[in-house]
Amino acid sequence: MAKKIYETPMLDELESGPWPSFISGIKKLRDDHPDERIQEVTSSLLGQLEHSYETRKGYWKGGTVSVFGYGGGIIPRFSEVGSAFPESKEFHTIRVQPPAGNYYTTSMLRQLGDSWEKYGSGLQTFHGQTGNIMFIGTDTDGVQHFFDEVNEYGFDLGGAGPCVRTAMSCVGAARCEMSCTNEHGIHRLLVNNFTDDVHRPALPYKFKFKVSGCPNDCQNAIERADMAIIGTWRDDMKVNQDEVKNYINAKGENGRQYYLDNVVSRCPTNSLTLNDDNTLTVDNHNCVRCMHCLNVMPKALHPGDDHGVTVLVGGKRTLKIGGLMGTVILPFKKMDTEEDFESLVELAEEMIDFWAENGLEHERTGEMIERIGLVNYLEGIGVEVDPNMVGHPRESSYVRMDGWDEEAEKWFERKAEAASA
Amino acid sequence: MSNDKPRSPIESGCPDGFQYMHPVMRKNYGQWKFHEHPQPGVLRHVANSGDEIWTVRVGTQRILDVFSLRELCDIGDEFADGYIHFTIRSNVEYLVTDPAKVEPLIKAITDKGYIVGGTKNSVAMISHTQGWLHCDIPGTDASGAVKSMMDELIDEFRNCNMPNRVHITTSCCQINCGGQGDIAINIQHTKPPKINHDLVANICERPTVVARCPVAAIRPAMVNGKPSLEVDEKKCICCGACFPPCPPMQINDAEHSKLAIWVGGNHSNARSKPTFQKLVAAGIPNNPPRWPEATAVVKNILQAYKEDAQDWERINDWIERIGWPRFFEKTNLPFTKYHIDNWRGSRNSLNASTHIRF
Repeated sequence: MAKKIYETPMLDELESGPWPSFISGIKKLRDDHPDERIQEVTSSLLGQLEHSYETRKGYWKGGTVSVFGYGGGIIPRFSEVGSAFPESKEFHTIRVQPPAGNYYTTSMLRQLGDSWEKYGSGLQTFHGQTGNIMFIGTDTDGVQHFFDEVNEYGFDLGGAGPCVRTAMSCVGAARCEMSCTNEHGIHRLLVNNFTDDVHRPALPYKFKFKVSGCPNDCQNAIERADMAIIGTWRDDMKVNQDEVKNYINAKGENGRQYYLDNVVSRCPTNSLTLNDDNTLTVDNHNCVRCMHCLNVMPKALHPGDDHGVTVLVGGKRTLKIGGLMGTVILPFKKMDTEEDFESLVELAEEMIDFWAENGLEHERTGEMIERIGLVNYLEGIGVEVDPNMVGHPRESSYVRMDGWDEEAEKWFERKAEAASA
Repeated sequence: MSNDKPRSPIESGCPDGFQYMHPVMRKNYGQWKFHEHPQPGVLRHVANSGDEIWTVRVGTQRILDVFSLRELCDIGDEFADGYIHFTIRSNVEYLVTDPAKVEPLIKAITDKGYIVGGTKNSVAMISHTQGWLHCDIPGTDASGAVKSMMDELIDEFRNCNMPNRVHITTSCCQINCGGQGDIAINIQHTKPPKINHDLVANICERPTVVARCPVAAIRPAMVNGKPSLEVDEKKCICCGACFPPCPPMQINDAEHSKLAIWVGGNHSNARSKPTFQKLVAAGIPNNPPRWPEATAVVKNILQAYKEDAQDWERINDWIERIGWPRFFEKTNLPFTKYHIDNWRGSRNSLNASTHIRF
């Protein structure tokens, strides 16, 4: 049976221009793929997509599809115009967790591509915004077969729905001198501690872990993660004065002015001084580890050696109360020993348990904190208050403070404890 | 369907990336000393051990067919030691230890039609969502809009002529899965949902839908003798939050779903704390297949930024220095009542000072 070819005048316009075209890719599958099933599915897909372009509407609806033993990980898609485009009337996406840090060998990519070609459309994305490999387009039967095959060689589904989602981490220690922690280790330890919560959606809404190795936060963790882990350091940054001079000299006679304008004066806490002899002095006590000077002079300036992480909680985008940045709940935590890693997992468990108990339906952690207040949240997860958690203290006097003396006493006790430790 | 006993899953979770990492990265894990940027699209990292690794970053169509995936693998096998890394903006990165391999690798990549670039102070690959190809609630097709935009911005991807890096994102609904960006192009609905009252009772869990509305504009109602929902259209902010849990509340509208453009989102802590993006333009037609109006606004903003910002200023840093009135002056974008926020906490966004530039 010859496949039906749909006219796609609007999509055809996306084949022109110098940037690689996804439409040309789908057409290649339609026209050149040896498997007739893939030809038909992709032809039908192009037909529906053209229909969307013409009418400026989407025609996919959700449903319930999963694999045996799991409740999530699949984005079910059924066409609302399936009678006109029957070969792609079921077009589910399978979310597969990538290796931490998104590293692949070509042989592994080929193996994934070969499996997908057997059961799916031959279209995939590395990666979706949550961080999954998206295998786009198969029917209910194909979902199970494809999963069975890739699961046998080490891949597992990611999260979809109200559950712990696939985690993400930056390129990190594998190829970055700014890295202050073992991003991939933390990433895997956290998300793999919650595989049950990834695969069986039963939480108020989604929960995301994201790990960045330094405050540049290339992973967008503060903006997008319910629990953001950011590498940092607490000793002095390292300054190679010879390299500072090399940077300045390389800019010629304007070098000094250039680095005054672009490094010294851009420091958010005025912690840098460029001395008359072109050496750089750092007020490490007031440095907030913003990374700007390290970014401009990566050969000369490096993070210190006393590495750890800052943990922030409650970042998310719009729905429902508006975008929220994460809030610091742990200013600094060492991540050197097995116990350090275990205590981070314990903190994550406290956070998820408390939210699972107290979050409303469809309420992210950040929204819950907005509703109940940070102090109630901290008490719920057993974390003490710290001035690093606030931009500034309270401005409103409308607050009942009859527990002041005890709270002040707690602070001094904690201080004394820390001093004697 | 077969009648075999179903197979139980192996709950292996996230695979270990070390097994797929280039051996030089494995060996020098956590031991990198510095990096350089020899040319656009190319990074050179040097480890304390003296080892080095060269990265060539490549823009692709993101939605890859298996032919393209294998082509990228072929290039990796022939020119780049058989390893591939994906950035979070869906670029492909090839990694080689021998600098002599860089130029042949770049040639192989460009010969196949892929684009080398996206490093340092370039316009990076637009981070985007799926759109009409696959999403169940999209108001537009991010994939098509991004292809059209990257066609126009390709020289800014291939070169490093911006004051600092520019991250652009697109999103097909107001949930904004594309995320924060120096420039974000997002759908903005302008009319309340159109309700198919015949379907609501059978498809929608009504209390869930009522609870989903950010402004409490939805209430249960009997319509034509059937249980349904009604929207207080005076309160409705046209956000579309009710549409995912209740598809009969159609929010997408061929005419009235527009594009809005936001600027100044920045996830980095460098210089200032991370920032959310701010509205600068709206009412832009959702105009497939090439969305020329949206691209024109983006190019206009980029041009003003490129001309006026100082080195290392991201778009948010630049506007912080020059002030919002001058931003609107330089871009010739209208400033309207819609730019003044009225959401919770919005008074903090007002100017409570005499800090005014003349």
